[in-house]
Amino acid sequence: MIQADLNIILPEILLACYAMVALIGAVYTSKDKIAGKLVWATAVIFVIVAAWIGLSGEGERAAFDGMFNDDGFARFAKVTILLSAAAVLIMGQDYMSRRGMLRFEYPVLVTLSVVGMMVMVSAGDLMALYMGLELQSLSLYVIASMRRDSAKSAEAGMKYFVLGALSSGLLLYGSSLVYGFAGTTGFAGIIEAAGDGHVSLGLLFGLTFIACGLAFKVSAVPFHMWTPDVYQGAPTPITAFFATAPKVAAMALFARVLHDAFGGVVGDWQQIIALLSVLSMFLGAVAAIGQTDIKRLMAYSSIAHMGYALMGLAAGTAFGVQALLIYMAIYVTMNIGTFAFILSMEKDGQPVTDIRSLNMYSRTNSGKAMAMLILLFSLAGVPPLVGFFGKFYVLRAAYDAGLAWLAVLGVIASVIGAFYYLRIVYYMYFGEEGDALDNGKSPVLYGLLMGSAAIMLIGVVNLFGIEGIAQAAAATLVK
Amino acid sequence: MIGLEHYLTVAAVLFVIGIFGLFLNRKNVIILLMSIELMLLSVNINLVAFSSYAGDLVGQVFTLFILTVAAAEAAIGLAIIVSFFRNRGTIAVEDVNVMKG
Repeated sequence: MIQADLNIILPEILLACYAMVALIGAVYTSKDKIAGKLVWATAVIFVIVAAWIGLSGEGERAAFDGMFNDDGFARFAKVTILLSAAAVLIMGQDYMSRRGMLRFEYPVLVTLSVVGMMVMVSAGDLMALYMGLELQSLSLYVIASMRRDSAKSAEAGMKYFVLGALSSGLLLYGSSLVYGFAGTTGFAGIIEAAGDGHVSLGLLFGLTFIACGLAFKVSAVPFHMWTPDVYQGAPTPITAFFATAPKVAAMALFARVLHDAFGGVVGDWQQIIALLSVLSMFLGAVAAIGQTDIKRLMAYSSIAHMGYALMGLAAGTAFGVQALLIYMAIYVTMNIGTFAFILSMEKDGQPVTDIRSLNMYSRTNSGKAMAMLILLFSLAGVPPLVGFFGKFYVLRAAYDAGLAWLAVLGVIASVIGAFYYLRIVYYMYFGEEGDALDNGKSPVLYGLLMGSAAIMLIGVVNLFGIEGIAQAAAATLVK
Repeated sequence: MIGLEHYLTVAAVLFVIGIFGLFLNRKNVIILLMSIELMLLSVNINLVAFSSYAGDLVGQVFTLFILTVAAAEAAIGLAIIVSFFRNRGTIAVEDVNVMKG
């Protein structure tokens, strides 16, 4: 019996063991000297585990009395998380080692947070949810403040920690109410208690608190205050990590809680999610306009993108979850490319984050400028790039679910949001003459940037078939 | 007779005090840690009260998990505060303002 359970969580156990072995091994041997190799080894292990989960997994299995679910939905999210974490690890390695901030703890902490994320997306119980979420969050707090000699990094870590702890508190208070009024912490039991379309006031309070706590983690408005500061203060490779894998995990967890535990009372949470979605889309679009720091701008961009992803969730249907999964996969791919570009922005070997430094970038570096142009158009949702199809799916999901007003507002917000993406393009192609940025030659960054831009173009054909996979994944969640 | 609702009221009051402590405190970051701890402990009161009321052990198991995680959380919070103090020479909440949102 226990053997079967352990088999199901084998990938998580192996990754956790790897993290511990790597930590102890590095402490007792050469410490930071092997950090570079450790980063590559971790990335390779992530890719192997992703392939293992993606290729071998099938069917639905539950371990530990339903505390941990291995189904298509979890596998889709896990593969996305692992691959994006691997890409982010290798793309930050050069940047960090040149600035002397590549410590061996970095890959270890990333591995631990990835284990947390994998538990989150598989959670079938409020306890498993909490433990996964905290494993992820605690690792992320440390990663955010990892640059110990920088006041900004420490401040980013502090802000992230305080607001993250507040969100965990809200989530826990909600969990305690749900436990009290449903009599169980298992999602299977909660959906029975809340399944007949009628839900007690206590459960409703619990649901609201849990939704608020999770909205913090996906940085949806009005719980977004930490995002710009943390993105700006953390070192850029770490910002890239924050913008990708944790967002996928938190969004997948959100979908899992709402559908697995509260799937019977869609009407009760649909309005909350729709409101979060509208506020995020508009605040993300409007607040980004005045930003000059590209990392802050990407923070508002990610807030807006979370708004669109929540729109898929607000639909409350299997198609909505499918749209959410497709949107998150596309979002992650675009962000990896964009951050590869941001990491390569340097002047005299120093990183720059001011978007005005991109003046006439196309003249010195036409290939990278073109790739960035494609990515920015895709982020803005300009057809026919892949980013447009992501938006198209969520808008259609919202429309099909009878939320036409939400879809209309989404289109309006995306038009407003296009402005600040196009402003970067304007600087790159028509800006004033200024000092040119360095001609970065990192093959990893170049490859990731070009690869991501190519995916945005080629993926138009059939989205690489993720449509069908996402559909099958969504079907396992929404029955 | 002290019933379930009394425990829930106490927990709710403590939780709200914790949240207000986070937002109204302008002095010291350590007080933020205390507020966070207060919130987590109020949740524990809730869980234990429900658990004993329903005669179900799961709530108390949950409490143990929360206590463990809260300890780790406090350790990480203090470590971040130390790192902040080394850079800035202060831990006043008003001074956490290098970046403006």
